[in-house]
Amino acid sequence: MSELIWLIPITPLLSSVVLMLLAGKFPRALIAVLGSGSVGISALVTLFFAIGFLSNPEPVQITYWTWMQVGNFAPTVAFYLDGLTLVMMSVITGVGFLIHLFSTEFMEDDVSYARYFAYLNMFVAAMLILVMADNLLLLYLGWEGVGVCSYLLVGFWYQNPSNGQAARKAFIVTRIGDTAMALGLFLLFSELGTLDIQAMGEAAKTNWVIGDTMPVIACLLLLGGAVGKSAQLPLQTWLPDAMAGPTPVSALIHAATMVTAGVYLIARTHELFLFAPPAMMAVAIVGLATSLMAAFTAMTQHDIKRILAYSTISQIGYMFLALGVGAWAAGILHLMTHAFFKALLFLGSGAIIHCLHHEHDIFKMGGLRTRVPVIFWSFMIGSAALAALPFTSGFFSKDQILLNAYLMPGVGPWLWFGGLVGALLTAIYSFRLVFVVFFGEANTEPDKAPGKRMAIPLIVLCILALVGGVFTIPVAQVFPDVGEQHPAMWVEMVSIAVPLIGVGIAYLIFLSKQLNVDGLVNSPVGKGLKRFWFSHWGMDWLYDHLFVKPYYGISAMLSSEPIDGVYNLIVSINQKLNEWLSQSQTGRMRGYIASMVFGLIFVMALSLGVL
Amino acid sequence: MEGLNIPFNHILLVACLLFSIGLMGLMIRRNIIFILLSLEVMLNASALAFVAAGAHWGQADGQIMFMLILSVAAAEVAVGLGLVLQVQRRFKSLDMDNANRMRG
Repeated sequence: MSELIWLIPITPLLSSVVLMLLAGKFPRALIAVLGSGSVGISALVTLFFAIGFLSNPEPVQITYWTWMQVGNFAPTVAFYLDGLTLVMMSVITGVGFLIHLFSTEFMEDDVSYARYFAYLNMFVAAMLILVMADNLLLLYLGWEGVGVCSYLLVGFWYQNPSNGQAARKAFIVTRIGDTAMALGLFLLFSELGTLDIQAMGEAAKTNWVIGDTMPVIACLLLLGGAVGKSAQLPLQTWLPDAMAGPTPVSALIHAATMVTAGVYLIARTHELFLFAPPAMMAVAIVGLATSLMAAFTAMTQHDIKRILAYSTISQIGYMFLALGVGAWAAGILHLMTHAFFKALLFLGSGAIIHCLHHEHDIFKMGGLRTRVPVIFWSFMIGSAALAALPFTSGFFSKDQILLNAYLMPGVGPWLWFGGLVGALLTAIYSFRLVFVVFFGEANTEPDKAPGKRMAIPLIVLCILALVGGVFTIPVAQVFPDVGEQHPAMWVEMVSIAVPLIGVGIAYLIFLSKQLNVDGLVNSPVGKGLKRFWFSHWGMDWLYDHLFVKPYYGISAMLSSEPIDGVYNLIVSINQKLNEWLSQSQTGRMRGYIASMVFGLIFVMALSLGVL
Repeated sequence: MEGLNIPFNHILLVACLLFSIGLMGLMIRRNIIFILLSLEVMLNASALAFVAAGAHWGQADGQIMFMLILSVAAAEVAVGLGLVLQVQRRFKSLDMDNANRMRG
C-alpha cells in the first residue's frame, strides 16, 4: 500500500514534462487544469497517506532501487515517511495547490502560461523528493532541483535584464551554500560510512561523542547549506532580489516551501546536531541575528514584496533560533504556520499588484479596505498571524519558540530578549503595511477585483492562518522529548504583550498619527540609520566590495594573459631574429657563392690550426 | 713518359691557379655565360689535379675520375645552355642579378 507513495512526486513531474514538451498546442484551460490538477492529485494522495499515518503512526521506509553502487557507497532511491515528512508534504502539496489555483488567474494574461506551470510543477516535484528522501544524496538531488526551478522562476520574465540578474544572484549565492553542504556530505560519508539518514543517526551514536570536533565541522558544513537555501546570515542577500519573479512564485518558493528547506535539513539531521552543541549554538545565533537584521530592514522598505521578503528572512531566523535551542517541534510548527500566513500575505500582495496595475510601492496605495475587502481581510489575518497576535496560528508557534529560547541554560534569556525585540519589530512593520495600504487616502484606484480563483485560495489560507496553530503536528516521535517545562508566568505574559505593543505603536504612528516620528527620522542620525537599514545593513555593498569588485579586478588583470606574455616574448624574439637573418636572402647568386667560399676558407683555416 | 718530367707540385699549383680563376669568375661575373665558363674552368682544374695525381702514384683511378668529370661537364653544359636560353627568353638579359625574383 505505502509503496504507492511514489505517486505523490511523480504526478507533478509528469505534468511538468507534458507541459514542457506539448503545451504549445494546448488551450489555456487545459494547461490550467493540468498544472494545478496534478498538484491537486498529489495533495489528495498526501491527505490519504496522512490519514493512514495518523491512525497508525509508524515510520515507513520504502526502497525502490539502488541508485548506484561504488565500493561500499550504495545510495538507494528510497522514501522515508514519518511525521516530519508528512508535515512538509502536506504543506508543499496543500499550500502548493492553493498557489497553483491562484496562479491560473494571476498569470492568465501571460504569454508563457505553459512554461510557468511546467516550472512550478517541476518545483513541487523536486521539493517533494527533497522532503521524502531517505538518504542525504537523494535529498541533495531535490535540493538542487528546487534551486534550478527557483532560478528559472525568478528569471521567468527574462526579457528584463535585471530579472535575469536577480535569478543569477539567487542561483550563485545559494550555490555557495550548496558547496558547503556537498563538502558536509563527503565528510559525513567518510565519518559514518553511510548517507542513509536513519542509519547515520545510529552510526553517530557509536562513532561520535559529544564534544568531538568532527561532528561540529560536519554540522557547520550542513548549516552552510541551510543558510544558503534559507536565506540566513551571511547568504541572505539573494532573497529580496528573488522577488523579481511572479508573485505566486514568491509565495510558494520564496516564502512557504523552498526557503524552509534549510530548516527541514537541520531538523532532519537533528540526531547529528545533538552531537555538536557549538554547531547548535551557531544555528541559534545565526537565526537570531538574521531575524533582527531583517526585521529592521523590513521597517524601512516601501516595496510591498520586499517588506514581505525581509519578513520571510526574519521568520526563518526564528525557525533557526528554535532549532538551535533544541525546540525542534516548535521550529517545524512555525515552519508550517509561517507557510500558511506568509503564502496568504504574498498571494494577497499578488492580488493587490494584479488589481493595481502592477504597483509595488505601498505609499502609492492606501484606502484599499473598502474597495477590495477580500484582500483586506487576508492581510489583516495574515499580518495578525505574522505579528503573533494571540489566537492566530503564528502566536502558538512563535510563543513556543520564545519560551523554549528562554529555557535554554546560560544564554537563554538573552536569546529570548532578542527574539522579543524581533517580535516587536515584526508587529510594527506588518501593521505599518496594513495601515498604509488599506487605510487613509486612496492614491490608486483598483481597476478590477480578484476573481474566484484568486479569492478561494485566499479564503482557505485565511482559515489556515487563523487556526493552523491548533493542529498537533505528529512529530513527537521524530524528535527527542524535551519534557514539559514552563518558565515563570511573567515571561509568558511579556511574550504575549510585546506584539500587542508593537501593533499599538504602528497604530499611533501610521493610522492615528498621534505619535509623530518625522523629527526623529529626519534627524541626521535617523536618516543615516534609515539608509543603512534600507540597504539591509549594507550587505550588498559589502559583498560588492569584498567579492564582486575584487573578482572583476582580478579577471580584468588576467584578461591581458600575463602567463602568455612569456611565450609571446619567445615568439617575438624569434620573429625579430628571422627578420634580421632574412636580410641575407638577397637572391643574388654571387653573394651566396662568396659567402660559401669565405665560409669554406674559414673552416679550412680552423681545421688546419691557422686560427 | 720519360721526356715530359714536370714536378708534381707544379701541376698542382697550376690546377690550384685554374680553380681559383674559375672561382673568382664565378664570384665576380654577372653574365651567365661567363659563369658557365668559369664552372668549366673549375671542373677542368680538378680534372687536371686527378690526372696528375694518377700519374704520380701510377694509379688508374685518376684517369677514371677524369673521364667521369668530362662526362659530367658535358651534361652540365647541356643543361646549363638550356638554362641560359630560358633566362634570356624570360628576362631579356643574361645578367644573373636580374633573376633574383624569388630572393633565394
